Amino acid sequence: MSELTLVLIRFAYLAILWILVLSCISVIRSDMFGARVPREAGRSDRRSDRRSERRSDKRKQAKGGRPKRGAPTAVAIVEGAQAGETVSLEQAPLLIGRGHDAAIRLDDDYVSTRHARIGVSGDQWYVEDLGSTNGTYVGSSRITQPTALQLGTRVRIGKTVLELRK
Amino acid sequence: MSSQSAPASRGFVHRRRRGAELALLLLSLAVGIGAYLAVGLGVDGTVPVDLLTYGAWLALLVIACHVVIRLVAPYADPVLLPVVSSLNGLGLAVIHRIDLANEAKGSGFGPFAGTQLTWMTLGAGLFVAVLLLLRDHRRLQSLTYTAGLAAIVLLLMPLVPGLGRTINGSRIWIGVGPFSFQPGEVAKVLLVVAFAGYLVVHRDALALAGRRFLFVDLPRGRDLGPIVAMWLISLGILVFQRDLGSSLLFFGLFLVMLYIATERPGWLVVGGALFVGGAYAGWLALSHVQARVAAWLDPFGSDVDAYQLVQGLYGMAWGGLVGRGLGQGRPDITPLSWSDFIVTAIGEELGLTGVMAVILLYGILVERALRTALICRDNFGKLMAAGLGVVVALQVFVVIGGVTRLIPLTGLTTPFLSQGGSSLIANWVIVALLVRISDQARRPPPQLLSSDDDDADATQVVRMR
Repeated sequence: MSELTLVLIRFAYLAILWILVLSCISVIRSDMFGARVPREAGRSDRRSDRRSERRSDKRKQAKGGRPKRGAPTAVAIVEGAQAGETVSLEQAPLLIGRGHDAAIRLDDDYVSTRHARIGVSGDQWYVEDLGSTNGTYVGSSRITQPTALQLGTRVRIGKTVLELRK
Repeated sequence: MSSQSAPASRGFVHRRRRGAELALLLLSLAVGIGAYLAVGLGVDGTVPVDLLTYGAWLALLVIACHVVIRLVAPYADPVLLPVVSSLNGLGLAVIHRIDLANEAKGSGFGPFAGTQLTWMTLGAGLFVAVLLLLRDHRRLQSLTYTAGLAAIVLLLMPLVPGLGRTINGSRIWIGVGPFSFQPGEVAKVLLVVAFAGYLVVHRDALALAGRRFLFVDLPRGRDLGPIVAMWLISLGILVFQRDLGSSLLFFGLFLVMLYIATERPGWLVVGGALFVGGAYAGWLALSHVQARVAAWLDPFGSDVDAYQLVQGLYGMAWGGLVGRGLGQGRPDITPLSWSDFIVTAIGEELGLTGVMAVILLYGILVERALRTALICRDNFGKLMAAGLGVVVALQVFVVIGGVTRLIPLTGLTTPFLSQGGSSLIANWVIVALLVRISDQARRPPPQLLSSDDDDADATQVVRMR
């Protein structure tokens, strides 16, 4: 085995080692971006990304093209310290809570960090309690499972009352 | 600990990346088998006769793990298995290389590579078994106290007369017939499960009750109980089993998990103070701790017994930037170069370039564990993934820091590289648990209406299937 061959083997091996390290890093890098699909399409995890992308495009068109009459588009705060604010429903599901990452951030001592969530399934809007301390009330009853919301149903969270608006 | 799973709730869906995993796995096989080939060419000048069977066996193990991941954990992190398989393959080749040197010298040690390959097979088997049997990591939460008790029993086993064995001055082995086993390696996995289960229930009490003192939030006296108990256990290991490395590992693990669970730097201050106090007391009272510190401060001194450390340092210096080439150095001069000092053997034959690649691979492994903890949707999984990552990180830091004279040398195995069956299979189980948690974490979030999984985040209900 000549000296030169051994040197070549040495550098070739180091190269393979570093190619592995760098490929791992590049997989991690591409992994950071994930497959960015809307939530509805995210459920179709059995299908390929491309198909779900196309599906979601279609859905978006349908949504944008002819918005259903009478469908809620925003959540309004009707009572409480922040009364008068509205938050668009476009980015549903919306997280409600005191935490800084909540879509509807309520500055209220009776609200948990992640208090409740408003989401949609088909055409039906739901509110779901996320294990909050003081509970979420629809009407006068404390909810224990996702509860359907109609336009104008009053959802009480702490001292704040929310409702869906057109 | 923030209970938000940031990307998962915003319409961000992880891809499965199984193809990427397969490609990385093939590359990692090239690393493992290539090292074996380079060793054969470097030592004997010929291609090893068993290259094909060896390579086929390694490939079979790795591909079997990959297929099982495809079947039962399709969303798992794609980088974990390739990193582990490359480290393990490299370790096997380096151990084989030291075997050849020991054989040529007739030193009577080894051969170790054959048994190591058997242990790797067993490790891969356990990896598959964990993935097949444990379909939801949250089931482990119901085993919190069982795991804790089992860990303590395992840690105490080497002290039982007749069962325990003292090797190289440490009483951390148990021997049954010709087999010896280090129960502490299994105990570390169980301790992570026990800590995660305990902290997930008690973190509010630990985080919220307490008073402020000198800009530091100090925890309440009664909440200090577990940390003091843990401190006493690690000191006990230090004193009775003469095992510096494990006591450091367990205490550090508990401290970091406590910090992650409570987000209170006060714990780090308290724990750091306890650690410094304990280390100082250990230095005063125990002669072998004094010897280690003396060897760390002045390994080249005339009255210091630091032959092993010095040989390791010479080896790495001889290796230089790009190393002597596999099979071209003299790693066998360093005592125990196949176990604790394997990093110096890699430093000698692959140089700083190779050691940096190895450290980066460990870094990637730990990063993926912490990333899994960040995106995991339940707090138990978060704590467990972070704890498992911290186990690997601390172990690598303690052993590589020790042999490079950054910190005093303490005996611990280098994960996946060192010869040693108990450590190898324990680390394969750690990776299997990480794969399982990352599969749960990266899976697209369930539908809103059937979202029991999300409820578990807030109410910490363990769903039993």
